Amino acid sequence: MTVAAPQRPAAGDARRSEGAKAERRLAAWLCAPAVIVMLAVTAYPIGYAVWLSLLRYDLRFPQEREFVGLSNYLAVLTDGYWWSAFTVTVAVTVVSVAIELALGLGLALIMHRTLFGRGTVRTLVLIPYGMVTVAAAFSWQYAWTPGTGYLANLLPEGSAPLTEQIPALAIVVLAEVWKTTPFMALLLLAGLALVPDDLLRAAQVDGAGPWQRLTRIILPMMKPAILVALLFRTLDAFRIFDNIYVLTRGNNGTASVSILGYDNLFKAFNLGIGSAISITIFICVAIIAFLFVKGFGAAAPGSEPEGRR
Amino acid sequence: MAEIVLDAVTKRFPDGALAVSEVDVAIDDGEFVILVGPSGCGKSTTLNMIAGLEDITSGELRIGGERVNERAPKDRDIAMVFQSYALYPHMTVRENMAFPLKLSKVDRATIAAKVDEAATVLDLTQHLDRRPANLSGGQRQRVAMGRAIVRSPSAFLMDEPLSNLDAKLRVQMRTEVSRIQKRLATTTVYVTHDQTEAMTLGDRVVVMRGGVVQQVGAPQHLYDHPANLFVAGFIGSPSMNFMPGTLAEGALQTALGRVSLPDRIRSALESAGAPSEVIVGLRPEHFEDVALVEESKRAAGTTFPAQAEVLESMGSDKYVYFSLSGDRASSTELEELAADAGTAELPSGGNQLTTRLSAASTAAEGEKIDIWFDAAQVQVFDPSSGRNLTA
Repeated sequence: MTVAAPQRPAAGDARRSEGAKAERRLAAWLCAPAVIVMLAVTAYPIGYAVWLSLLRYDLRFPQEREFVGLSNYLAVLTDGYWWSAFTVTVAVTVVSVAIELALGLGLALIMHRTLFGRGTVRTLVLIPYGMVTVAAAFSWQYAWTPGTGYLANLLPEGSAPLTEQIPALAIVVLAEVWKTTPFMALLLLAGLALVPDDLLRAAQVDGAGPWQRLTRIILPMMKPAILVALLFRTLDAFRIFDNIYVLTRGNNGTASVSILGYDNLFKAFNLGIGSAISITIFICVAIIAFLFVKGFGAAAPGSEPEGRR
Repeated sequence: MAEIVLDAVTKRFPDGALAVSEVDVAIDDGEFVILVGPSGCGKSTTLNMIAGLEDITSGELRIGGERVNERAPKDRDIAMVFQSYALYPHMTVRENMAFPLKLSKVDRATIAAKVDEAATVLDLTQHLDRRPANLSGGQRQRVAMGRAIVRSPSAFLMDEPLSNLDAKLRVQMRTEVSRIQKRLATTTVYVTHDQTEAMTLGDRVVVMRGGVVQQVGAPQHLYDHPANLFVAGFIGSPSMNFMPGTLAEGALQTALGRVSLPDRIRSALESAGAPSEVIVGLRPEHFEDVALVEESKRAAGTTFPAQAEVLESMGSDKYVYFSLSGDRASSTELEELAADAGTAELPSGGNQLTTRLSAASTAAEGEKIDIWFDAAQVQVFDPSSGRNLTA
């Protein structure tokens, strides 16, 4: 007995670790299909793009293809086109996301308080989000085209807003806001549902008016939902392409970084520079996501949201 | 400090449901009043109307002599403790307690002093920088109390503040609430469905049923002189025994035998115009093992033989349960009480006699025993209206 006793836990350990090994092996087998698909459709294109971005590779001069290291990136980052496109993109992103947040919050508050026809209201609000962006962009384009557009006709004779930088960008922001505010509102509505009614009643008795209840109770409680909504929308807005492509084709200083990448890849057929631009956008998006998750404590999609009870 | 007067206060919801019907209660300055009743009786709605969280359909609410029907909650100078505590999860204990003061633009130094004082009273000083999520149930409850008392409001409103605590803590916090209320002498309205809390805490108790006030009075008065079957069955634990009875020639025929009534009850029944079929109510503590009753007192009561079914010895007393033969007493009030207590489906529900005997009794499970009860303690109710005919 006394001899066998110390051996027993050791044997148990061995058995357990063997079981754990088998379990781990099974886990690897079960994950394998998903990992393989991900590698094929995501990792390979990204890796190939990184490789292309390190080459001098112009489809018009395929024989001049050669490895040039980081000089494509140097070319992009020292070029005025990139920085003007970058400024336009950041401006459109910040302005449209800010407006969407304000409007979305307003809509969410209205939808949350709606007593009748809740389903109908939510469906109606979602209509713009359900439309194909390109189709919606064309309707905006017609609306703002002088002569034919009902909106352009409201402007003074002879003005063509889509041909000037600032008015054109304003229209781009308008189209973006019109289209994605419902998405923002729905995400925020889910956050509003997390604020218990009792808390608002308590705040009311404690002496908080409607504005104080919003700023001191509702918004802090909704912070996780707001950050997730902002994260999604900022990432989306930074890659803006279709609205600008349809409305201005990126002319008159309205090109975003995605338009710039498209022009280099598919108009100039310069795979090296185009890929370098794409990878730079990819890095910008990664930085935005990193800032949101680490800087503001937004819950990374899929992880357990912190701060909820 | 203020008195609260409810003058025919009525609440009718937009769908037409009448939640509270013409409640008339005058609460004195510094008084501790309990609103009690089964769920759905309108007690919480009444409290919310006092708080201003629900509109008053008709009637008038006066706090400190002023009509406040149209005033927002923040202009009524009241503090409320919620059943869920409703602590702000994104604020520390200190910020939670300071919140109402901050909103009323009190200067920092005063806020700090008041929060510290309240924290000392409630023994929360070492938890001031923690968040509600890291506190135990009892601590959260105390923070909710703290948030109410820092403002020194003219009245406290409490909506089942103890019902989320476990049984032992609830008893402890009950005395705590009572102590704080006495110390601050602030008018308090307290809602509960627990008749024990109602009996132990309140200066006066308001018993409600279906939005209508049944009786208002001191706890002991409600216990001794319930106005109707509902109050009789609701107040007291274990609750009063009810059985049908027949009145004839000044005596009462019941399943426990013939009870000759004392003169006081007989004249009360006569002047109340009692019907011949009545419901008889007897509290468990008015029964006794006949062997322990003095010979001289026995004649003033009724003795009946019965077989003890279940015996629970509490040390200080013995609870002995018997089955009653014959029909059970039936009235809408009793059915409602049974439904609320969840005993309606029990096979023995309502047709069981609960008695509390002295610990010295030799009663044993399954054995026959002679039980005596005091005829002067019999309460007689009108089965149709539920009114107490002997009160």
